[in-house]
Order: sequence, then C-alpha cells, then structure tokens
Amino acid sequence: MATEQQLSAIKGEKVLMVGAGGIGCELLKTLALSGFQDIHIIDMDTIEVSNLNRQFLFRQSHVGQSKAKVARDAVLKFRPNISITPYHANIKDPDFNVDFFKKFSVVLNGLDNLDARRHVNRLCLAAGVPLVESGTTGFLGQVTVHVKGKTECYECQPKPAPKTYPVCTITSTPSKFVHCIVWAKDLLFARLFGDKNQENDLNVRSSDASGSSEPAEDVFERKRDEDIEEYGRRVYDHVFGYNIEVALSNEDTWKKRNKPRPIYVRDVELAEVIQQNGNLDKVSVFSDPLSVSAMTTIGLKNPQDVWSLAENSRVFLEALKLFFLKREKEIGNLTFDKDDQLAVEFVTAAANIRASSFGIHLHSLFEAKGIAGNIVHAVATTNAIIAGLIVIETIKVLQDDVKNYRMTYCLEHPSRKMLLMPVEPFEPNKSCYVCSETPLTLEINTNNSKLRDFVEKIVKAKLGMNLPLIMHGSALLYEVGDDLEEDMVANYAANLDKVLAQLPSPITGGTIITVEDLQQELTCNINIKHREEFDEENEPDGMILSGWTQALAQKNDETSKENGASTSNVSQTVSLEDEEDDELQILPAFSGFAGNKRKLTDNANSSSSDLSCVGDENKDCDDSEAIVMLDGYGERKKCRVQ
Amino acid sequence: MNGEELTEQETALYDRQIRVWGVDAQRRLSKSHILVSGLKGTVIEFCKNIILAGVGSLTLNDDRPVTDELLSANFLIPPDETVFGEKSLAELSCESLKDFNPMVRVSVQKGDLSSFGVDFFDKFDAVVVSCCSLNTKKSVNEKCRKSSKRVAFYTVDCRDSCGEIFVDLQDYTYSKTKMDKMTECKLQYPSFEEAIAIPWRSLPRRLSKLYFAMRVIERFEEYQGRMPGQTSAADLPNVLNLRKELCEAHSLSEHQAPDALIERLLSGTREFPPVCAVVGGILGQEVIKAISGKGDPLKNFFFFDAMDGKGIIEDIGKTNDDA
Repeated sequence: MATEQQLSAIKGEKVLMVGAGGIGCELLKTLALSGFQDIHIIDMDTIEVSNLNRQFLFRQSHVGQSKAKVARDAVLKFRPNISITPYHANIKDPDFNVDFFKKFSVVLNGLDNLDARRHVNRLCLAAGVPLVESGTTGFLGQVTVHVKGKTECYECQPKPAPKTYPVCTITSTPSKFVHCIVWAKDLLFARLFGDKNQENDLNVRSSDASGSSEPAEDVFERKRDEDIEEYGRRVYDHVFGYNIEVALSNEDTWKKRNKPRPIYVRDVELAEVIQQNGNLDKVSVFSDPLSVSAMTTIGLKNPQDVWSLAENSRVFLEALKLFFLKREKEIGNLTFDKDDQLAVEFVTAAANIRASSFGIHLHSLFEAKGIAGNIVHAVATTNAIIAGLIVIETIKVLQDDVKNYRMTYCLEHPSRKMLLMPVEPFEPNKSCYVCSETPLTLEINTNNSKLRDFVEKIVKAKLGMNLPLIMHGSALLYEVGDDLEEDMVANYAANLDKVLAQLPSPITGGTIITVEDLQQELTCNINIKHREEFDEENEPDGMILSGWTQALAQKNDETSKENGASTSNVSQTVSLEDEEDDELQILPAFSGFAGNKRKLTDNANSSSSDLSCVGDENKDCDDSEAIVMLDGYGERKKCRVQ
Repeated sequence: MNGEELTEQETALYDRQIRVWGVDAQRRLSKSHILVSGLKGTVIEFCKNIILAGVGSLTLNDDRPVTDELLSANFLIPPDETVFGEKSLAELSCESLKDFNPMVRVSVQKGDLSSFGVDFFDKFDAVVVSCCSLNTKKSVNEKCRKSSKRVAFYTVDCRDSCGEIFVDLQDYTYSKTKMDKMTECKLQYPSFEEAIAIPWRSLPRRLSKLYFAMRVIERFEEYQGRMPGQTSAADLPNVLNLRKELCEAHSLSEHQAPDALIERLLSGTREFPPVCAVVGGILGQEVIKAISGKGDPLKNFFFFDAMDGKGIIEDIGKTNDDA
C-alpha cells in the first residue's frame, strides 16, 4: 500500500495543520517522512516545560519560543528539501479566512479546544476542504474524517458540555473532592482575590439559612489596620466554622446525609505556624510573583504528599498572608491560574480543609492542581499512534477513496480484540444547523431581553460565532468588524442595550432573524418565539435555543438524589472550565443518534455495533471525560488467572 | 537523585504523564534499562517514545552502515552523507536520541545480537528485536528466559503497511484498578518458539490472517537464508508453494493466508512511516506497561494493517484443546 500511487497522491498537495502541540509534533514528523512536501502549520502557543515529555521536536532551550516555528526547523533537519510554512498565530484571526482555507487540499486538526475545532470545521465546510480531526487523552484517542456532503461534519453530533455542578452541591453539600475544589477556586478564591463585582454564591447560603441580618460582604474585607494574621483566622473561622454551623442549622438538608464538622482555627494545631513567622524573610528572594510559595516558607516539599488538616490550615493561612504581603497589588484582579503556585496552594489547602469538614478524602497538591486546572493527561505514544492514523486517513482523502474513510478509536482496553478500532464514518446529520443550515428556534421574552443577552448567551456561547452579524429582513441590527463606520459602531452599541421588541426593527414572536458569521461563512436562521416566563433554576439563561445539538451537561450521580426529582431540575451550575493547555479530547456523545449509525464493514465477530456513551470508570481521576465507545467497551476482559 | 523520590526537574518534565500512570510507575521507568536491536523506522519510533517516557537507559544495537533505504522512515539522521563518516546506524541515531531527554542515558552496543550471552541480556529489563532472522529471535528470546530476573522480550516487524508485535513476559504479575480496588493479575506467556510451534488448526478460529502470512514469509526467508524484508513480488510463486506445504502440514485452508496479502507483504519493502508510528506507539505503550507493572499488557501478538485500519490482539499460546 505504501506505493507509488500513494506518493503521487501526496506529491504537490498543500496541507494545513492546525496545532503544533502533542499531536502536531508527531503529525508534522510523520507527514514529512511520508513524502508530503508542502505543509503549512499554525499554532499560537509558545513552548512550555510540561510540553517536553511528548512534544519531541522541542528542547529545554526552546521554552518560550513559537511552537510552529521551532517544529518547522526541527523537521527540516531531517527533510531539508520540503516546504514548511509556520504561522505563530491564532487560527481565529481574520487573515485565515475562507480564501486562505481554499488553498489547501486537506486540513488536519491537532487542537486542544472545542471552540477552535468548531471554527475550523465551519471554515472547512465553507471552503469545501476536507477535514481530518483528532484528539487524545491519556491512552485514548480518535481520528475522524469530515468531508462536506459525504460524511458528518464535526458539529453534526452533540459534544459533551463542560462539566458543571449544581450550585447547592458546591455551596452546601459537597460529596466529592472536585466539589471542594470548585468551591475553593470559583467561590472562595474568586471572592477573596478576584473581582469583587463578580456575582459570587459564596455568601448566599449563610444568610438565607439563619435569617441573620449580618451583611456577609464585610467578612471577606480586610478591615483597616487589621493584623494580617487576625484577618486570616477570621476568614478561616467564617468559611470553615461559622458557615458550616449555619448550614447545619438547616436540619432537613442533613436527614439523609452525613453532617459536616465545623472547623475553627483554635481546633487545629497551628503552633508551628506561629513559630515560623520569621521565615517570611526568605520570601523576598523570589522576584517572580508566580514563584512565591507558602509551601516553601512552611517547609513542605513534596507536591505528591497529602497534607494533614493542620498542614493544610497552615498553608491556607500562610498563602492568604503572602497574597496580602507580596502580591497585594494584584488582589481584586486575580483569576485562578494553574501555573500560579500560590493560587494552587491556596486552593489545595482550602479544598482539603473543606473536604475534612465533609468527610471527603484529602488530596495532594499535585492532584488538586490537576483537578483545579483541568489538566489533560497526555503521553507521547498515543499522540504518535493518532498522528499515524491521521496520515493514513489523509492519504485516502487525497485519493478520494471515500468508501475506505474510517473513524478510528485508540482504546486503552481491547474491545473485541481490537486496540485500534476503525468504524465507518457517519452520514451528515440532516438537522445539523452548521452543515445542513437547518433553522433554529429561540424561545425568549422579547419584552425584557436585550440584544446584548442574545449576542452573549446565544450567538457567542451557543453558536460559537466569532464575528457575528445579525439581520432582521434587510435591517442590520448588529455587526462586528474592523472596518465599520463610526456612526454604525455607535448605532450597534446602542442596539445592544435595547430590548428586542424595541429595536429599530423590532424582534417579536414570529420574527425570523438571520445570524451570520462572515469569517466562518455560516448563516443561521432563527425563529423567535415569545415567552413570558422562565424558571430561574431550570432555565437560568432566560432563553431556550432548540434545534441545536449540544449534549446535556453531564449530571452527577447525587444530583438526582438531591432533588428527588428528574435530573433536569438542576441547572444553576458552576462549571469547571477547561484549561486549554493540551490536547483536550472532545469525543462526541452519540447517544442521541442511534438511528443514524452505520455498521463496521467487517462484522465477522458481531452484528451489533451500537454506539453508546460510557464514562471511563477505570480512571482514578475524577474529571475523566465521557467517551464514546462501541458496545462492549464497558465489559472489560477479565484477567485470566492461571 | 537518590532514585527513590523524583526530582523537581523530573516532576515538572513528566507532569502530564505522571497524571496518566502515577509516580510509582514513573520511578520504575526511570530505573529501567532497555535494549533495542534493528533500527528501522518502527524501532526508531519506539526509541523516541521510550526516551520521552523517561526510562533509565536505552542501548542501541545496529552496526549497519546508513543507506537511503534505512533512512526512509528515520527522523533522527539528516540525509547528509558528509556527516555519516564511518559511523553505524546505531551510532548516528544515538547522537540525536540523546537530545530528546537529557535524563536518559543512550548508548551503543556494537556486535552481532546473536553472539551475546545470557549475562549480557541479564542487564536489561526489556529487549526489543527487529529485522533479525527467525533463529536469532528464538535464541535471544531463550537467553532472556534464562536470565536470573525477568527480561521482557519483544519482536517487532513491519512489512508493507502491516505490522506485527510479539510479546513474552514469561510469568507476569501486575496490578490493575477495578472499581477503585487494586487487584493482582497473573499471566503466563509462551516463548516465541513455543507460540509459533502451536499447530495452526488448534489455534482460535478467526485468527488474524496476518499471523499465518507472516509465519510463511518468515520460514521462506529462513530457508533461503535471506535477511528479513529481502523479498520481492518475484518470490511469490515459491512462497505460495511453501504456504501450500505448511497449510497441508497443519491441515489449514490456504485461504487463511491469502495470495493478495502475501504478495503485498513480499513486495512492499519500502517502509510506510504512518505504520511505523502506529506500531512503534503501541510497542512503546506495552513496554511502559510491562516496566511499570500497571495496566493490562498485550498477550501476546499484535497486528496492525493500515488497509483495514484494525489493530488486533491475538492470544496465541492457549490452544482450543486447552479448554
């Protein structure tokens, strides 16, 4: 098969690679070895130390440099006569428009986030260029082929939404460590060090339960001239002691649950912290604010160790103090960053203290950092395998060998003897709004929703548009772009703050509006249905888009128990955002599309090949992604004991 | 470095993979010693993978001089004859591989693989051989088995767009997590010689056709005294004769090693880099599993064919009669 025929299919073809990370490095190497001679590669990232274990084209000395450029130079060393064009840029930049995409015979994605994947999918559809899409996490991976009109597009299947948790689980009834992390990061850390004007659910519970009129706001504010140690203990006692007492007073909550234990500073053996005050001097040697560390001043070394409650309490107080002493200027503007050592220490300690209260297992800083930063597990081997499979599919695409296109899963545990499992691609989903231009329906209160709400919650968040334009008939209501006239910009800005029914060209029930993205060349028609009331708990957006395929947020087991009703009751949620650091795996959930599936070509072993969505329960990590596997994946082969 | 705790540098470098296989596994990897022989594309891929993973040392054995053919799927050596000098494929590869991870010791062992004794193989935790004769495979496997400690033995070969991996972990115990509980599992592997001696008719039904095709070609090369891969389409008639003989002796239908497949394997002598990447990746994962003692290892053959895209595990050792 590695024939002259293939070589001639490859020769002279221009290919675009999006991403020069884990998959990208392997892919660029394999493309070059396979005889590709004109490769363009885009990546906006620079090289980091944690990339070096698998992105083998990079060395320690390259840290900080453009991935795309260093990758090019590295590959030219062993294939000096081919052309590789690097771009240190964001694929969403307007320069990379449909005309740019049209120059290529095929586009190969090695991306790390849903947003960019959707963007590339749309440009490929608009330009009529085939797309080979891929993703890996740990030992799992997949490759899919998307050719307009022949196979499904990347957005034909719903994608798992970022994992979200009901607010009450986070604020009142955590049962897993990840709940404590979300609380520590999104509520406590944000409340203490982030933007004070941001909505934050941290206080809500304490005040509703007791009916106390104490203005909770003040608790987190450091009083003028308040001693920093004093302040730290006050915050500690409030969040781990008082708030738990308040929660306990709501007895109904605890009828079927284990009661949490309030923890006050006085309960914890902190003697050493007080002794160690002198150590603060050491801190001044750090010039980089990101390297200030409470662990260091306390003398804790191994990030793999699980700290005791006392150690966590010491880290908590020390980290809080260091933020005020060493990084005071940043307070009020901080957002959690997994590379911010002190922030990771604070969140680890706070999550562990809360976990102690609720009888949840404590975790090491290393583990907590992984959960809080949603760090994707990555190894070189899976990326190498996936890159090989991408090239195999790419050659088929260039030969227009449609009947042999496959989507391939790389599995951790064999399914029907297979570790690499090819499946025939799906046909395009006829109701996909992206590749089939099916109209959508939006239920919204047109008398009180502003155009801004519609743009933020629907056009950007749900439709994933980058440079949107909104039209009602021939009236232009909103547009984004660099080359707009000043008066138009003012006009659009004014429209954003108008209620839909009061726009110059009013949007009311029965109106059809058109939303377009000029860069993605995607047009959606949306039928507007007016609706007066929305349930705040269940429909927090105050609007419902239908005909749009996103998988329901994954629900937690305890959700249904908690509400004692259907799981759809939950919706006010706190989400654990993905840190776009690595080869994030976006595996589609096929559960809703059982009718669409096709069978494996060679089904000698079995006639059933139902696709189903199963969680990978084998991972010890809490944030494992939902993954699509063929039936039988769940029943792991039993180990033969001889 | 006291060998017990990972250094800060190691923790930072290996962060993402420690999240996959854990600190213990990383520690075991960093103390392990691997030998590879026969540095064609698939093995080069494997070397890259295992060096990135952070093994303790990697020893390369391949005294062949560099040729264009040997470099067709090699991303370590620039195609510049002026740098080749008198150096062997292993020596030139070694220079580049060292750069991939300064924490791994990479070195060259000169000499003919078949001439090394048991005490040589004893120094390694895993031995991977490629591009060597059937006899050498068998004898190296036996020497690994005679070693005082367990030396994991692997063979890997790619022909056309197909690849085969064989694994011998002897008596192997490993742990795996099931429903949050660690359980211990035991596996018994046959040697390469034992595995291929199993009568074909008693093998599981629907065995990958690649298994039979590879055995026929392997025997052909052995009879003809050729190096693995020194074949062409012109050999087809002779190979088909041999197939007939072998199939008759084993009472197996000749369809189990189809003409078209054998022809592909004989004539496709140019390496296909995507297959090298896939098979070298699977092999890397398997060696990592065996060293770390974590995860279900492959038992005991793996086949990949880019034509149908399947990567299949076959357990050849247990026969139908065992049941």
